[in-house]
Amino acid sequence: MKLWAATLALTLMALPSLAEENRSRIIATGGASTVEGSAGGGIVPMAVLSGYGAREEQGGAVFVSRVRVPDYDLTSFGGSWSWRNRVELSFADQRLNHPTLSAALGVSDQTIRQSVVGLKVRVLGDILYTPYPQLSAGLQYKDNHDFFIPAAAGAKRDSDVDAYLAASKVYLGGFFGYNVLLNGVARYTRANQTGLVGFGGDLNDDHQWQAELSAGVFYNKHWLVGAEYRENPDNLSFAGEDDWQTAFVAWFPNKHIALVAAYVDLGEVATLPDQDGWYLSVQGSF
Amino acid sequence: MRYILCIFVLTALLGCASGTQSPNLYQRLGGEPGVDAIVYHLIVNISQDERVIERFRGVDIERFRTGLVQYICSVSSDECQYQGDSMQVVHAGHDYTDTEFNAIVENLMKAMESQKVPTRVQNELLSILAKDYDSIVYR
Repeated sequence: MKLWAATLALTLMALPSLAEENRSRIIATGGASTVEGSAGGGIVPMAVLSGYGAREEQGGAVFVSRVRVPDYDLTSFGGSWSWRNRVELSFADQRLNHPTLSAALGVSDQTIRQSVVGLKVRVLGDILYTPYPQLSAGLQYKDNHDFFIPAAAGAKRDSDVDAYLAASKVYLGGFFGYNVLLNGVARYTRANQTGLVGFGGDLNDDHQWQAELSAGVFYNKHWLVGAEYRENPDNLSFAGEDDWQTAFVAWFPNKHIALVAAYVDLGEVATLPDQDGWYLSVQGSF
Repeated sequence: MRYILCIFVLTALLGCASGTQSPNLYQRLGGEPGVDAIVYHLIVNISQDERVIERFRGVDIERFRTGLVQYICSVSSDECQYQGDSMQVVHAGHDYTDTEFNAIVENLMKAMESQKVPTRVQNELLSILAKDYDSIVYR
């Protein structure tokens, strides 16, 4: 709580000085920051790189996000740096509070912490200008620092790497004259609940390809309304794992701030059903 | 009788309305005065943009202006014929960058906003001009 407040305060203090330099990509093309730190939406990354640096510039973003569902809440904060719209390095620190699960298991630990380090490379294309989508490839190294509960649930390891390919395109005027965003991701992963419940399990201990999709419509250049879908593996006999969904509104008042609010539906999470609630994210771009 | 006449006139009006072609993009941009104003404001914005102003040093701005007005008219209607060189020829050898292309797009968006061009009309023009990216950048 205090840490993310400090991050936010630092961001806001740093913005005026960083804002002096040119960042030339068009507003909203830096995306928001996902809970895993990579540029994208809330739970699904995109092919875009954070910040607004064009191919002669650099840029980046810092963010704080919070997910609140009946029996869990997740706080994630982090940042990213992008070089020449080619390479994005990102970092996220996630804290999951799980009081209901702790009570049910009779354990005193109430928090699982995970860090995610991401690398994304734009392979080809431009989300706005090329007739084909922007295509990027990425890696996310995830390290779960509180492996006691994940191990008890049957997870095989406390750190792992996800690999993904993302294709994103904004079709200008593509939806009754409004700009429409389509994004598809293929992720090669064996993470349980994105790694918060460890990696691999008794049912399956191999990486699998999983599909992630997001789509949205720009009401104008400042407002994007859309939805996301993220398929998850089902590696543990301890509990079924559902796919995740969000419906979001994103606001880009200028090229330095983005706010995202969403309804999230995580389904059953570690034996606790009906985990739907809200998501809020603040991002500062520099 | 008056009632019947009314219906007749109304029907004729409706028929007339449904027979009218929807305005093309050029007309929705404001026709000749609208496009003139957009291009004028684009040039003003460019002149205040340090990312691209150096590229316009020594350029015949009046020729640039009339060429661009004609180009926008030609891609947004069948009312004009663009008589200048192709986008490839105009930009070849200059090695214009992705940064500069984005800067011009941003200045054009600002110009259209200053002229209160509706979002969907802006999108339609941008979707046509975006196709020129590969003919312009790093050539």
